[in-house]
Order: sequence, then C-alpha cells, then structure tokens
Amino acid sequence: MIIAERKPLEEIAAMVAPDKRVLVLGCNSCVAVCMAGGEKEAEETAALLRIHRKKANIDGVVDVFSIERQCEFEMIDEVLAELKKYDAILSLACGVGVQVLIERDPSMRVFPGLNTTSMGYPAEQGVWVERCLGCGNCILHKTMGICPITRCAKSILNGPCGGSADGKCELGKDVDCAWQLIHDRLAEFGRLADLDEIEPPKDWSTSHHGGARTTVREDVKIDRG
Amino acid sequence: MTAVSNLEKAINSGQFFATGELGPPKGADLTEFKENAEGMRNHVVACNITDNQTAIVRTSSIACGATLVQMGIEPIIQITVRDRNRICIQSDVLGAYALGIRNILCIAGDHQKFGNEPGSKGVYDIDSIQLLKGLKDMRDEKKFMGGDEVEGDIDYFLGAVENPFADPFEFRVDRLEKKVRAGAKFIQTQCIFDLERFERFMELVRERGLHKKIAILGGVTPIKSLGAAKYMKNNVSGITIPDALIDRMKGAEDKKAEGLTIAVETIQRLKEIEGVAGVHIMAIAWEEKVPEIVERAGLYPPPKL
Repeated sequence: MIIAERKPLEEIAAMVAPDKRVLVLGCNSCVAVCMAGGEKEAEETAALLRIHRKKANIDGVVDVFSIERQCEFEMIDEVLAELKKYDAILSLACGVGVQVLIERDPSMRVFPGLNTTSMGYPAEQGVWVERCLGCGNCILHKTMGICPITRCAKSILNGPCGGSADGKCELGKDVDCAWQLIHDRLAEFGRLADLDEIEPPKDWSTSHHGGARTTVREDVKIDRG
Repeated sequence: MTAVSNLEKAINSGQFFATGELGPPKGADLTEFKENAEGMRNHVVACNITDNQTAIVRTSSIACGATLVQMGIEPIIQITVRDRNRICIQSDVLGAYALGIRNILCIAGDHQKFGNEPGSKGVYDIDSIQLLKGLKDMRDEKKFMGGDEVEGDIDYFLGAVENPFADPFEFRVDRLEKKVRAGAKFIQTQCIFDLERFERFMELVRERGLHKKIAILGGVTPIKSLGAAKYMKNNVSGITIPDALIDRMKGAEDKKAEGLTIAVETIQRLKEIEGVAGVHIMAIAWEEKVPEIVERAGLYPPPKL
C-alpha cells in the first residue's frame, strides 16, 4: 500500500487561502488504511480548516467528501461535475491521486493535502513502514525476501557494510541493518555462501531515473482504432 | 609488474611502515593543509586524503591529492560512492590518474545524514566492492563499468577499508576476502582500540592466508581527550573502545600525553601481530603529532624505497 501523512495545517491553509469555495476530497483506499486521507481524516481536516479560516477572517465554504480511489478516471467521473464547482480541491490522496484528478480535467485546481512517504505496510497500530522503492527489477529472491535497495541506507548489494553493529544500521539504533537480516536468513537456510558472490552494479534504468515509467501490457490493451 | 607507487613499494619491501591522513579544509586555502603534509613528509610513506569525511563539505580529495603530487608527497585519495554515480567516479579517477595520483582507496563513505548537508541526495549508484571491481577492470581489462573501452594505459594501486569491529564478526573476514577478489591490494582498518578483537580478526585472516594476498594496515587514532574517547565510543559508527581504555584516560593526569602513549603502544602491539603490514595513523585535527608517534613507535625512518 501507499503510505502518506497529512501536511501541517498551516501549510494546507496557506495553499487554499485565496480560494472561496474549497473541497477537501478524501480517498478511501491506501491513505484511509494509513489514517491520513480517508473519509474520517477528510472530515477532520475540513473541520480544522474551517476553524483556521474563520480565525483568519477568510470568507467562503469548506466542503468535504470522499471517493473510493482518486487514481482512477472512472471513480473521478462519478463526481466530476461536483468537483468542478469548487475553486480549489484539497486532495487527501497520495501524489498519484492529485495528479490523476488534474489529468482527468486540467481546468481543476488541485492541491496536495498529504505528503506521500512510501510503499509499505502497517506494522502495528499507528506505525507504517516502507518495504519497496519500486526499482523495477526485483532481487528479493537473492536476498531472502528482504530488500536491501529499500532497507539499506546505502542500497548496497554487497553488504553488510562496516557500519553494521549489533544488528543495527550506522544511521541509528532504531534502524535494523538490512544486510544483517539477510545474512541471518541466509545462514538459517544454509545459503551463507551466496554472500561470497560479488554482486555487479545494479541497472538503475528500470528505476525512476529515466522519467516517469509506463507499464504496458499489449495483451490486455483495448484497440480503439 | 613494477610498483606504481611508494605505497606499493613499501608493501613489497615487507618492512613495517606508517601512512598518515590529511583532512582537506572547509575552504580553498590549502596553506594549513600543506603545512600538515610537510610535517609528515619524512615520516610516512604516503598520506590518505579524505573525501568529504563524515559527509562534511571540504575541498575535493583529488584537488588536494594533486597538490601533494606537486609537493612530492605521495597521496592516497579516498573515493566514496556516496556523492557520485559511476559516470562521475570513473571520470574523476581518470582525472586523478592524469594528475599523477596513483593510490586510490575505495570506500562507501559516511551517510549524508551525519554531515553538514543532511538534506542532500545520497547517490549510492554502486557500492564500495563494485567500485573496486569496476576500477580494477578499467585498469586490467581496459573496460569501463558499462563495457566501453578505456583508451590508453592506466595503472593505479587499489585499496579498501574493513572494519573488524562491525557485525557480524565472522563475515568481516568474508568481506575482506571479497574485497581481495574485487581488486584491493591494501586494506586500512577502522581505528583499533579493541586489540583483543583485532587479534581474533587477524587469526581468521591468517587461517585463510588472506594476509599474503593483501597488505593489512592497522588503523590507529591517538585519543586527544577523555571527551573524544567517549564521543567515539558512543557516537561514531563502527568504533569500539573498551571500558578499560576509557578508565585509563580517566585516570591520566595529562590526557593528551596518555592518548599519544596509547597510540604508540597500539602500534607496537600491531607490529607483533603476524600479517599486519603496517599502520595507518589517523590523527585528524592532530596531524602535527604524527612524526612523534612514528618516531616513538620505532618506525622512523620509513623504509628506503
């Protein structure tokens, strides 16, 4: 899932300060699970924004509603006529949702209410951790299901480095050393010799270094020609 | 093959020797840097030049290395993978070679979080082992990392670092072996304070005969104060300082003198360990003490090359 957290209220309020009619738009998928941008958080954000604007003597309305996913045209289309009535939409979706809204209708002014942080999972109540960087060339089969690209602070492929101590990363005691975890799992499964291999430099061209990536499946495309 | 640098010659001589370390300044005035280098000239075989150590912006290691070449002092330049991608690293190494630099130390570099630009983007396009292997192939196979041909000859001497105090302990020797295979001919270790652990590390090294394939230079740092010792113990990643050493500093009347004595004693013990080729003295911000340490440890004059 995509993990995000709400931007500070001051920052949000400043973005939409010139606008009379503001819509806080929640997204009920990933960001609802991480309690940042679902229906409940959209209601809260709208309430806080109203109070903030009232104190600042800003006239106008702050409405709120939510849709299932802001990253799909079909779901946006169901409410598009409503969305277009507003001067500004404060999207509580991830960065994808904000952009897809604009791509659907470039006449809309959409602002980000969240900071999108990562792809990961809810580890415990109130804690979400990153597990994938979307590098486009998965190596989890080599690293016992633990991703060093994401979890090693230096994304090294021949670890653990000299900064690993007591299972922790040189970044600090709250960061596990990914390569210690990989090492231990390799040992457990009798594959420690795998670490003797010199892993060659990674081909990062599948990662985000060539602009936005497009994934195409010719077999499922619909030819509208 | 003929040796390409004094460092390589010193290693080939089989005599125990010292190298020093110089930290470039946070500005373009190299006066003090040159004075520090001058102070070590006759006592060390070569001088490491750090590459933005602890991720703090300083004059580049290559520029400072070229300055030492002009002065007739041999540099060992650090190249980290933190700040440059493979295009830049390979280009810089060619440039360094063209400027007369022959010793290259391949390292990962301290994470940018610890420096004075914590908001910078860490590059980490390749890791330190891939860097070694890449530079080895540029030299031996005449191939860039991407496979394109390197024009003309280049012949540099490659080294790496290893931290016997990091975990998992046994893997440290595996990693050393990996670095040997990747092309390292000398290894500088993390600062040694815990000699017992270092001796255990060297036992494992000797069991595999690695000391015959690579010159191991023990890292030695003189402790300047009790505060410095405590700081290193608690805050510097990869350094372990035994409590006994902290107590010894605590009990000493003249902390600086004690710190120097500990460094000298450490070198003397390292000299006795089979497979240790020499020492690398890292007296950062205390460079003027390097000659004294070298002399008291009985390493003056350095090997005649």
